[in-house]
Parts: sequence; C-alpha cells; structure tokens
Amino acid sequence: MRVSLFITCFNDTLFPETGRAVVHLLERLGHTVDFPEEQTCCGQMHYNTGYQREALPLIRRFVQVFGSSEVVVAPSASCAGMVREIYPRAAEWFDDHQLAAEVAALTPRVYELTEFLVHRLGLEDVGAYYPHRVTYHPTCHSLRFLRVGDAPLRLLRAVRGIDFVELPDAEECCGFGGTFAVKNADTSLAMLGDKISSIKDTGAEVCVAGDNSCLMHIGGALHRERAGIRTAHIAEILASTEERSHV
Amino acid sequence: MSVERGFIQRVRPLPTFQSGARQALGNSQLRRNLYKATHTIRAKREQVVGEMPDWQELREAGRAIKERVMRHLDTYLLQLEATVQQAGGHVHWARDAGEANAIVTQIVAEHGAREVIKVKSLTTDEIKLNAALAARGIEVFETDLAELIIQLAHETSSHILVPAIHKNRAEIRELFLNSMPASEIAAGEHQLLSTQVNELSDEPRALTAVARVHLRRKFLSAQVAISGANFAVAETGTLCVVESEGNGRMCLTLPPVLISVVGIEKVIPTWQDLEVFLQLLPRSSTGERMNPYTTLWTGVSQGDGPQEFHLVLLDNGRTQVLADSVGRQALDCIRCSACLNICPVYERVGGHAYHSVYPGPIGAILTPQLLGIGKASSLPYASSLCGACYDVCPVKINIPEVLIYLRGSAVRYKQDHQNLRARVDPENVAMRLMARAFASRERYEQAQRLAQLGQLPFIHHGVINALPGPLAGWTTLRDLQPIPRQTFREWWRSREAQSQTSEETHS
Repeated sequence: MRVSLFITCFNDTLFPETGRAVVHLLERLGHTVDFPEEQTCCGQMHYNTGYQREALPLIRRFVQVFGSSEVVVAPSASCAGMVREIYPRAAEWFDDHQLAAEVAALTPRVYELTEFLVHRLGLEDVGAYYPHRVTYHPTCHSLRFLRVGDAPLRLLRAVRGIDFVELPDAEECCGFGGTFAVKNADTSLAMLGDKISSIKDTGAEVCVAGDNSCLMHIGGALHRERAGIRTAHIAEILASTEERSHV
Repeated sequence: MSVERGFIQRVRPLPTFQSGARQALGNSQLRRNLYKATHTIRAKREQVVGEMPDWQELREAGRAIKERVMRHLDTYLLQLEATVQQAGGHVHWARDAGEANAIVTQIVAEHGAREVIKVKSLTTDEIKLNAALAARGIEVFETDLAELIIQLAHETSSHILVPAIHKNRAEIRELFLNSMPASEIAAGEHQLLSTQVNELSDEPRALTAVARVHLRRKFLSAQVAISGANFAVAETGTLCVVESEGNGRMCLTLPPVLISVVGIEKVIPTWQDLEVFLQLLPRSSTGERMNPYTTLWTGVSQGDGPQEFHLVLLDNGRTQVLADSVGRQALDCIRCSACLNICPVYERVGGHAYHSVYPGPIGAILTPQLLGIGKASSLPYASSLCGACYDVCPVKINIPEVLIYLRGSAVRYKQDHQNLRARVDPENVAMRLMARAFASRERYEQAQRLAQLGQLPFIHHGVINALPGPLAGWTTLRDLQPIPRQTFREWWRSREAQSQTSEETHS
C-alpha cells in the first residue's frame, strides 16, 4: 500500500525520531511511504484555541495536499482526530459546501498509526523486539475522539521481550490539552502530578503513548523530577528490532 | 457564529477561571474532599449505567426529545401555560432575573409572609432570589441539607447536585455547632438516644438529626414555599421535582402557597418523554437506579397540598442561547452533574473556581452564553478537551465541541471589540504569525530554522528549564527538550537524495 505520511508539524520539528520510526516500521511491513513535502500544520492548535478564522486556510491547505493520497497515516491521534472529527464540523460552521465535500471524500482514508496497523491492516505482531518494562498512557484523543480502543495495547503485547504493565487510572487525562497546559498551567500541573504518580507506581522504564504532545508534557515532569523514566512514542517501540532500537 | 452580545449588559465580567483555580489548588483539604466525593459518585454511576443494556438508546432518545423541544419551544411553552392555568395555577413570564425576583417578592409580600422555605433550586440561585427576598425583609430558609450547610456558612454552591461537596463532615459539624441554636443541637442529639451521644459527633446520622429538628419547625410554620422544577410536562401542566431527602416533598406539599421558578428550557412535551428522563437522570446524577422522592403536581387540588400555585417561567438569556445553532445544545442539560463528577479539571479545582451557579464543563459552556462571552471569556478554556464529559452526558451534549466554538467567540470578541488589546496580546500576535507561517511551505521551514536558533539562549545543560512571559507556566514543573538540529523533513530529503544517488550508481 502507498501510505502518505502526515508527520504533523509538532513531530516534524520536535520529534523527528518518531517520523523516522514510522517510516522504518511501514517499510519493514512492505509498504511504500510517501511524504508530501507541502504539508505544514493541520490547524488544530489554532482551531482549538479559538483562532478558527486563522485555521481555515490551513484546513483547506491540508485537504489540497492530501486529497489524492491512497491512505494518510499520522503518528498522532490528536492531529488525525482534528482531520477526521473537526474538519467536517469546521466546513459546516464556515458554511463551505465545497470544502465539506472534499473533507467527506478524504476523511475515511485518514488514520492514526495504531488503528491503521490493527483495524486497517489487521496486524498485531509487527515483528518488533523491545526487552524493557513499558507502560502505556492512552491519550484522550485516541480514546474518546478516534476510539482506537485496545489497538495500541494489542500491538504492544505482541512485541517480543516486552514486559508490559498496565497503567493505573490509565484513562484519566494527563492535563496537557494543547494550549491548556500554558493558559491553565496550575490546573494542568495538578492533573499531571497524579498521572506521574500512576506512572511511577508501575515501575516502568518507559512510558509510551500515541501522541508526542502529551508525552512532552509527561516527559517534561519526569525529567524535572529525575524520575528515571523515559517517554517514547509507540511507533518507536514498534519500529525497534533486535538489530536496531529506535528508542 | 456569534455569542458576542450579553443579554444582561449590567453584569460585570466574572473573575477569571485561573484566579479561582489557583486559590482552590492551594487548598489541600478541598482537594481531598473533592477527590473522594467525585470518585465515589463516578464509581456508582458507572455501575448503574453499566446495568442498562439500552443506555445508548436512552441517551439518544433523551437527546432527540430535547432537540424537538428546542425546535418548538414556543409551542410547548404556550401549551404549558394553558394546561397549568386549566389546572388552577397562575403563570408568570419573566424576561430576566429582575423581573422574576419582582414577581416572586410581590407574591410573598401579598401573603404577608416574613419567612419562606425553599426546595433546592439552581434557577433561583441563578437569579439570586434569596438576596432579593432578603432586601424586602423576607427571610429564606434552604431546606436541602447541603443548601442549608452552605447557607449557614454564607458560601455559595460548588456543585450542581451536591452543593457542599467541598466540605467534609468534620467541617459541617463545626459549622452546625457555631451557627445553630443549642436547643436544636440538643434536640437532634436527643433523637439519637440509642447511640447515647453526649456531644455532637461528626457521624452523618447525628448531623442529619440536628438538621432535621432545625428544618421540621420551618416546614410546619412556613406559609410560602419556593421551588424550581426538573421537568414541566406541557400536555398536562404537571411539574416534577426529583430529590433524595424528602425535604423537597415537605416544601412542595405543606405550605399553602407554592411558587415554582422554572427556566423555559425545562418543558417537555409528554409523560412518555418523562419516562426517558426519569431513567436517565438518577443513574447519571446520584448513581441510583431510582431517586427516593419524585414529586409531581398539576396545578392545585382542593384540600390536598398547596391551595395556590404560581409558575414563573424564566428566560434570563435562554432565548439568546436558543438562537445559536451550535451553542443551543447547552439548553438540553438536565442538571445531572455527571460531567462535573467525571471532569479532571473540576475534580482538582471544585465549583467555586467557575464563579457561577453552573460550574464544571456544563457551566463552562452555559455561563458564557447566558452572560455573553465578554463577561466570562476564560471559562471555555477551563478544559483540556479530554472528552469525558461528552461520553457521560445523558442527553449527549457535545461539550468539547461547544467549548471550542465558544473559544472562537472569545477570540473574535477580543479581535473585533477590543482592537487595541488584541494588537498587544502576545497570544493573538503569536497565533496570527504562526498561521501565516503555516500557510506556506517556505515560511514554515524558515520558522523551523528560526525556532532552532531562537531557543539557544534558553538551553542550559542540554535542557530548557525556564521560559519567559506567557510560556513560563510550562517550565514551572516541566523541562523541555531542545528542538533537534534536524527536522524530519530534512532527514527525509537527505534519505531521498541518498537513495537517488545509489540508484544512479547502480544504473
């Protein structure tokens, strides 16, 4: 399958290693990866912060850049959710019928990485090897917007050598919430504090999630506390093999 | 897309959510009380909702009924007015809080009453009825146990359903000892002879016994009772109050005069519709299969219950909300409070941080619409958009969607009405610059390079641990890894170039 990688501006700039892992993983599984270089940002930060007028040109741009792709895969539930759940509503709010039609044609082909692997390709064992104690934080947008369900857990449990441990109160929000983490920093940190305690309780070496944005927030506190726990995007675990670790 | 003009222009802007949150977060007792209470109700709700095989169908039915009500609100309200009048009730229409308070005050004054008793009612809290009555020398006695507690403490409610959720029983014991007559405390203890209590304990039974003595006297002497209503059935003119304590039932049946102040969105067409909500509401709110007391009354009946009944139908900004096609779903709310109990933000900060009778996620979308976005522009941001509220809402109000929509209104209000402020607002400036950068690949890639350079002064020992200005909140307890030297797209390009070279070499 020819997969168009929607890297997201966040990963492109801040977490390029996640993008490299996705490319290696998909190529190892026999797919062709294509990276439309005209892509920039899906507009989520603007849209969710209330700058919807400013986000509209970015939405139009995304639909144009990925309009002809066979499938679009993003290593981010949040950004994939923006396209799939918010774009149709945005077209409606701005009363743009042409955009609505283009969005409707595109969204069924847009996937978050783990749902693409499990729900679209029917895979669980992607041939990964990662001999470490790992816990998984299900991000809110993967759980409650995209409804990826247990797809990430099935993938992680099939990783050879992994010591997978469930995260207590896993479905609680970590407190990131995009600009919420800055605009309501005090509340965000109170939520983060409880998430960090849960992560520490697992005794994991690595906390994994499908969104680097939440992981930047969680990892930022783990680093500040010198907790000795790393964060990694799930793609980096799934791309790791006996020959090469991506984490 | 416009929620820009407030209905009640006189109201001053609310203090920001951030200021309220900061105060609450510093109170460790409050944090513990809230955690315990919200998690207990959450677990109960989850259990009783899980028992229902048709819960999703019930939610959809609830949503559909409310949508129909809102679409034909005028028709159902006129039907309700007619049926209440036919049943011997009086109907009053109040455009705003001032009108509603004037109507109620006049009815009470006409009966020469100096004291009224009240059923727990958010709507009367919204219009600050107690203060209006007090200003006319009429004393109000709250009869819901939690409402009584906060009235005695001179506080405001911090939860829709459990107004005193922020207080634990030790704090309530202190309050009773300090604010109730010694005779009532002693009489309450006397009722608990079996336990031989010599001084007031903080056992819920003992506290309830004291409150019971205090309230019984009022139930038997009051001439006028004031209530709200959970539902008003248009086809028969029947009002419905759902409660747990029975104190509401006392108010609704004992005094000769009953005044019910009801928001216009509470009307439902038929009894068949009531069936849906009486299943949805108790399971979502208290986590009970059925609530202990459901009181239904239709006008007046001779020799039974109140002999004079007044229904005050309140707008107070609701028709303005109704006019907004996205925001109007906030009117579907049946005040169950499931969204408060599940909300990770509410759980940490409690209700007072929202500075409104309607706290939590539903308050964050209702208050700015009732008051006008310029009066409460921080509230739509009081959410991480985690989506838990939408999942538990018994009438499927898409709260995250309305939050985002109202953030749009807040930004446009700032940009269009506060021109000077918007021009110097760092967020507004940054967002506009970034939107411009993201609109072209060249500018986007330039911005990536600028960010790599711009961060250099902030990197200390390989990590960013102090940011300036509005971003400082990030680094109070969180480090930031520096932006890597090579972006993903640069890696991709170098890889493409390499594979092209190797292909050329092979051919």
